[in-house]
Amino acid sequence: MILLLQYMIIFAAVLTLVAIGGCFSEHSGVINIGLEGIMVMGALGGALVMRFFPETGGKLPLILLTMVAAVVLGMIYSLLLAVACINFKADQTIVGTAMNMLGTAAATVIVKAMNTRINPDNVSSTIQYINPKKAFLVNLGGFEFNWFMLVTVILLACSYVLLYKTRLGLRLQACGEHPQAAASVGISVYKMRYIGVIISGFLGGLGGIVYITSGVSEWKFENGVAGFGFLAMAVMIFGQWKPHRIAVSALLFGLFRALSNVYMGFNFLATLNIPSGIYNMLPYIICLIVLAFTSKKSRAPKAEGIPYDKGMR
Amino acid sequence: MKKFLKSEGGQSFIASILCIILGLLIGYVVLMFIAPKGASTAIVTIIKNFFYYPSSVARMKYFGNTLVKTAPLLMCSLSILFAYKVGLFNIGASGQYTVGTCAALYLALGAGAPWWICVLAAMICGALLASISGVLKSYANVNEVISGIMLNWITLYAANMILTKVKESTSPYTYTLASTNPNGIIPGLGLGKLFSNNQYITLAVPLSILIAVGIWVLLEKTTFGYELRATGNNKNAAKYAGMNEKRNIIVTMMIAGALSGLGGAFLYLTGFEQWQCTQSSVPGMGFNGIAASFLGGLSPIGSIFSSYFIQHITAGGAYVDKSMYSAQISDLITAVIIYLCGFVGFLKLVLKKAAEKKEGGNK
Repeated sequence: MILLLQYMIIFAAVLTLVAIGGCFSEHSGVINIGLEGIMVMGALGGALVMRFFPETGGKLPLILLTMVAAVVLGMIYSLLLAVACINFKADQTIVGTAMNMLGTAAATVIVKAMNTRINPDNVSSTIQYINPKKAFLVNLGGFEFNWFMLVTVILLACSYVLLYKTRLGLRLQACGEHPQAAASVGISVYKMRYIGVIISGFLGGLGGIVYITSGVSEWKFENGVAGFGFLAMAVMIFGQWKPHRIAVSALLFGLFRALSNVYMGFNFLATLNIPSGIYNMLPYIICLIVLAFTSKKSRAPKAEGIPYDKGMR
Repeated sequence: MKKFLKSEGGQSFIASILCIILGLLIGYVVLMFIAPKGASTAIVTIIKNFFYYPSSVARMKYFGNTLVKTAPLLMCSLSILFAYKVGLFNIGASGQYTVGTCAALYLALGAGAPWWICVLAAMICGALLASISGVLKSYANVNEVISGIMLNWITLYAANMILTKVKESTSPYTYTLASTNPNGIIPGLGLGKLFSNNQYITLAVPLSILIAVGIWVLLEKTTFGYELRATGNNKNAAKYAGMNEKRNIIVTMMIAGALSGLGGAFLYLTGFEQWQCTQSSVPGMGFNGIAASFLGGLSPIGSIFSSYFIQHITAGGAYVDKSMYSAQISDLITAVIIYLCGFVGFLKLVLKKAAEKKEGGNK
């Protein structure tokens, strides 16, 4: 039971981070389909730090450096979306999809090149981080507390304040609702949208590293992040683009994702003898059902997905 | 020449060529970063693909193999462009392709059904899966991109579970068609003889091209196609003109799904590959289909060539020197090409302005 709780919270943390990232981007008016790719890039950055950080370097520097690498890579990668969709008015769906494919392909190429350089016989796309991962965990009576859980709570609070209580957040939201009106009172729509996308890169990248360290101690980059970026988008829609509601819905999705990791530990579930494939499908099935019932009255930002055209009124 | 530049098709052609050149260039730069010494050889190897083999017999054979894999890619790209004409982004093509594969292989290997039944089943299952996205989109306002991705993962796990029933006991791969049910293989009609006796060349290759032409006719020359395109251009106007947009969305998704499902049958019913039941990621065919359809300028005829090109460099990636590079460099180039396709609208605008400027100068 504690194990289930632990996995539920850590998966919920991933979904919260990434979904709030998507929420910032969409509130500024840009649909970020590329979250999945951003997560892969963040994961790659963090995993590389963990792989090459000297063992004597201490825990705190390792944690900080891993997070910085993930965040910076995520932000840089998100610029691909920003430049294409804000400056060049590119189709946001195509660019996002391309970013997802590029993220996985680039990470695979990079990791494979690195692995073969170190050991010519190693052609896998896997990075291991068994020991460095321990720096992130604190055992609290059977419950493995992960520092990322605390980071998520802090960032969740910050996001709420930033989005609703600051001038920047309100301006950002105006650009996603009616950019022309925002521009008419002197707000730079381009700047706000850049900020929105870069924040989503920040949170998406961080979510990526949290995800790959959540249940396992090595990651095969060929697999990307298994649709988690899209699950996060579903969480965002279910949470009606509001950080606090996103956190709650993330817990629900986290629960079903956690079940597939730990269902063997429950006697009544184990005796049902349901194949593991069903548990693997569960989060995605729940996601579809939930979306079917909640999307009708969705409160998506009105101008999301539409490139900003100064001449339009 | 001027006329060509001004025409819609001509601009698409130039834009696509530019995307390809830039994509390859970026791929080359990445190779340079990994290991500068072999980068030139590697990029040439990718572009050459089957010309890698010195003998013409082997070349023809491997050219055939590239064609075998082009047929399913073409089907996926047709599926995506067809849906896109109606304003839907069918990212679920991968799932529809998987469900088609699953239905075809299970019927062929488990029930011993003849090939044409398997092909029909693949189409129907693909259409049914896609109709879920269509119904969710039109009645519950669920974004088809998200529902498509969710269905991709659901079908992957389902296919792995179902096809485990017809897999070899010692390996994760399904039985071979040749040993279990030769009737399940799509007939070759002697086409393989043209490609140094490549037995994997079947009816699927010419059929896929015929279907591409058929889709072109459907979209451009029929009232139904006109209705679909009108729905894509302006949903409200189409509704006002008396077109049933909800029905159109669902029908479109079903046709798109049938096309992708057919793609799965076209590859796996040739016996070219076996399904790996431990597969942990969604097949890339549907995603490469996105690249092919946009690179082909969203035209069914253009898709024939762009699908071939994407498959050509993907196959070429397998020949790069593995001690330095990985085959995924082709995926990277493909992804860059899709990214660049996002800029095509902007590029066309520039070309159009340039053409207009020239004209103005001449006056």
